Amino acid sequence: MKISFTLNGKPISRDVAPDKRLIDFLREDLGLIGTKEGCGKGECGSCTVLMDGEAVCSCLLLCAQVQGRHITTIEGVQSGNELHPVQQAFIETGAVQCGFCTPGFVMSSAALLEKNPEPNEDEIRRAVAGNLCRCTGYSKIVKGIRIAGKRMREKS
Amino acid sequence: MRIKQNKLKSHPKNRRVDGVGKVTGKAVFAADQMPGHLLYGAVKRAHVPHAKVLHIRTDEARKCKGVHAVLTANDIPGAHGFGIIVPHQRVLADDKVRFYGDGLALVAAETPEQAQFAAEQINVELEELPAVFSPEEALVSDAPLVHENSNLLFEHTVHHGEGETPDTAINLLHTYRTQHIEHSYLEPEAVVAWPAEHGGVVIKGSVQNLFSTRRSVAAVLDFPLAKVQIIQATLGGSFGGKDEVMTLLSCRAALLALATNRPVKMVNSREESFIESYKRHPYKLSYRLGADKDGYLKSIQADFIADGGAYASTSQFVTWRSAVQAAGPYRVPWVRARVRAAFTNNNYTGAMRGFGSPQVNFAIESLMDELAEETQLSPLEIRRRNAYRDGDTTPTGQKLPGKVTLIEALENVARESDFEKKWAQYRANKKSPVKRGIGLACSYRGVSLGAEGTDAAGTLVAIQTDGSVIVASGITDMGQGSQTALSVIVAEEFAISLSHIKFLNTDTDRVPDSGPTVASRGTIMGGNAAYDACITLKNRLFHLAAQLYGGNVDDFHLKDSALWRGNKRVIDFGELADKAFAHAVPLMAVGWFKAPKTTWHEEHGQGTAYFAFVYGANAAEVEVDTETGQVRVLDVWACHEVGKIVSYPQACGQVYGGVVMGQGYGLFEEYHQEQGIPQLRNFDEYTLATALDAPQIHLSFLEHPDSLSLIGAKSLGEPATEICAPAIVNAIFNATGRRIRELPASLERVLLGKQLRRKNQRTSLTKEQP
Repeated sequence: MKISFTLNGKPISRDVAPDKRLIDFLREDLGLIGTKEGCGKGECGSCTVLMDGEAVCSCLLLCAQVQGRHITTIEGVQSGNELHPVQQAFIETGAVQCGFCTPGFVMSSAALLEKNPEPNEDEIRRAVAGNLCRCTGYSKIVKGIRIAGKRMREKS
Repeated sequence: MRIKQNKLKSHPKNRRVDGVGKVTGKAVFAADQMPGHLLYGAVKRAHVPHAKVLHIRTDEARKCKGVHAVLTANDIPGAHGFGIIVPHQRVLADDKVRFYGDGLALVAAETPEQAQFAAEQINVELEELPAVFSPEEALVSDAPLVHENSNLLFEHTVHHGEGETPDTAINLLHTYRTQHIEHSYLEPEAVVAWPAEHGGVVIKGSVQNLFSTRRSVAAVLDFPLAKVQIIQATLGGSFGGKDEVMTLLSCRAALLALATNRPVKMVNSREESFIESYKRHPYKLSYRLGADKDGYLKSIQADFIADGGAYASTSQFVTWRSAVQAAGPYRVPWVRARVRAAFTNNNYTGAMRGFGSPQVNFAIESLMDELAEETQLSPLEIRRRNAYRDGDTTPTGQKLPGKVTLIEALENVARESDFEKKWAQYRANKKSPVKRGIGLACSYRGVSLGAEGTDAAGTLVAIQTDGSVIVASGITDMGQGSQTALSVIVAEEFAISLSHIKFLNTDTDRVPDSGPTVASRGTIMGGNAAYDACITLKNRLFHLAAQLYGGNVDDFHLKDSALWRGNKRVIDFGELADKAFAHAVPLMAVGWFKAPKTTWHEEHGQGTAYFAFVYGANAAEVEVDTETGQVRVLDVWACHEVGKIVSYPQACGQVYGGVVMGQGYGLFEEYHQEQGIPQLRNFDEYTLATALDAPQIHLSFLEHPDSLSLIGAKSLGEPATEICAPAIVNAIFNATGRRIRELPASLERVLLGKQLRRKNQRTSLTKEQP
């Protein structure tokens, strides 16, 4: 079937099997490898993308479900050469270790800060509770999100 | 000595060299490789725990759409088996299936779906055999044999102090049990293999120990080592877990690539990863402790038995570390330790962060608290009375080298957490249903491989003619940050910015065999090798400088990206490199570091087991809901002596992550099998700590540069994770008065004192028994 949606700000229209998972379409058909598959079951959050601004697991979405929607992946989260404040803060706080979960955390955090520019610690932890990380113990991820939020508030 | 405490400032100098690639999604992990003309591999697995292989029919599978090859063990040109110590793990089962995850046949097809479908069409005839699922039952004389000979995989003893068990005022006999743990690296195993242009094979994947994998692939393909190139893709975590399982994937993908003359990709789903990969060993640890009435230890008798599962893997070394450290970091004049590992038809077990220590740390640290309870001393005081101090001798007859910082680490976390006051206060609280508790645990740990075997590593440093530098090492970065740590060492030696350094992923064709990246040896071994290379190169540059500018070699040094003579800036580092090139000075060097000598006498369990030790302590504060059994870990204080910190943010990362992994070991995680069949296969049932579970972590480091390490650094990765679980369990006791001797301390164990499970019949010796 033919599906049309907006991907990282640009319209896209493709023929695709309706039962194809969004993650496979992104990674295999479009080469957008930043979205990772960690469990295939919506448990680990490594495949998180934004659908109309909401953080969703792309391993649980079929292509047919994104018809007419706005999808943002890790490749579309930065503006030009400038990193998203969350990406920048993650580098600075040392929130990145193996990095496999990182794109998912960036997307969940970006969705949070878009809706709630001044989250408290509990709100931050809740927003990324669907993203698993085995390396960092979450401390610096939480700190990174807080710093990113502060910078975004200062900028706006 | 310097104490660094809770410094969380940003250190722009020490930012990860791979940070930008990872936050933007540009880092290429193994499964992200998409070469042209790619085929996909799939495995037909046994899905029974123990069986004779009678027949494998592949004709239906071969006829399936898109299929390019179907292979069985008969198609393997070289060795059928591999293994780090005993090469008996089959790439594809030939005679027998020994555990649920064993593979029987391989398919390469044009899409993953086609490959999977064809694999399902392979017809396998198996004759199920009586199986054994517990190590105790495996060692009974008429138990079914997993391999040709005895189920006893290995046995270590340590014998310290003469005579019979001394008579003591206090005698404690307790048994502790630990569980199978899945490494749970977020990136499932993945590899791409392709035929090399001039013969041989190239494999790029999520491989932790490239050189041992290469040895196995070469033997299986019957190729010389030089014809097998293994390249590390950016690794999404390993924690000791991407060793043999990656050898398996590498061998299988290579066989398919050579059979089809196409690149072949194999990616495990999370479910495949769970059933196929090895786990941390479950242990049963029986202790008899003797102490005088004042709580001073007089004797420890320890008898451990570990479930090695279907294959030998690294069990021999894992259990050796347990034997060496069986009596904990305490002065004990009389020690008898016996550690056995047995083959069973469960998932095989091998290296996982801690490597035979988390089990022992849990047991001995629980036991010390039981001794504290018996003597009515505080957990801190009982440790003060028994902890190792400078110059003490371990049960293996080794005098502890260097400064012993155990007491300092203990006192540090006790002070920071206000341990003594809280412990007494929480102990007295009997009223409210939600109770607080605080617990303590400490450890010592032998650095690097010790007497396990050859311990040396190489790092290659190449200065470019503009002064930028390329670094590559035989030590693999799996996410722990060794590329950054080694880059920091090089940047400091050359006095250049970290941004002028490029670090290459490990590649067996281009760096020396440096042994495995295990045993918290990455920084100490690879870092010292990097330092060695820098010293060689600096000597060459200073010799040239003496020729060009006069004076002696010793007059020169590097500072602020430049060559200096005394306090006079001579030339920019980049220009110096260019001059060196013009004068035909070699700008590349391979640094090498060989660990100081260790010794071991297996018969008596005596020797200089490790050339250095590190010390650490954790305190954990918990809240226990005594109506539900739920335990929340509120705060953890961690103090570790590390020699010298190379890269502060990375060191913190090891501790933060290690504590939360230890929390999972203590409270949530268990890879459960019933009759050899995995009962959980994904993160919906195997629960990892989330951001909502993780405690506030307060960390401190003790720095005491070790003279045996040129850069002063020792180890941190494993110490950081091994003592959190016992601190939590001791805190639960402080809150509830209930001693939990089996991990994990799940809701049921905390509330009811036992685990609730589906009642499958436990008939592990024969299938027919009632």
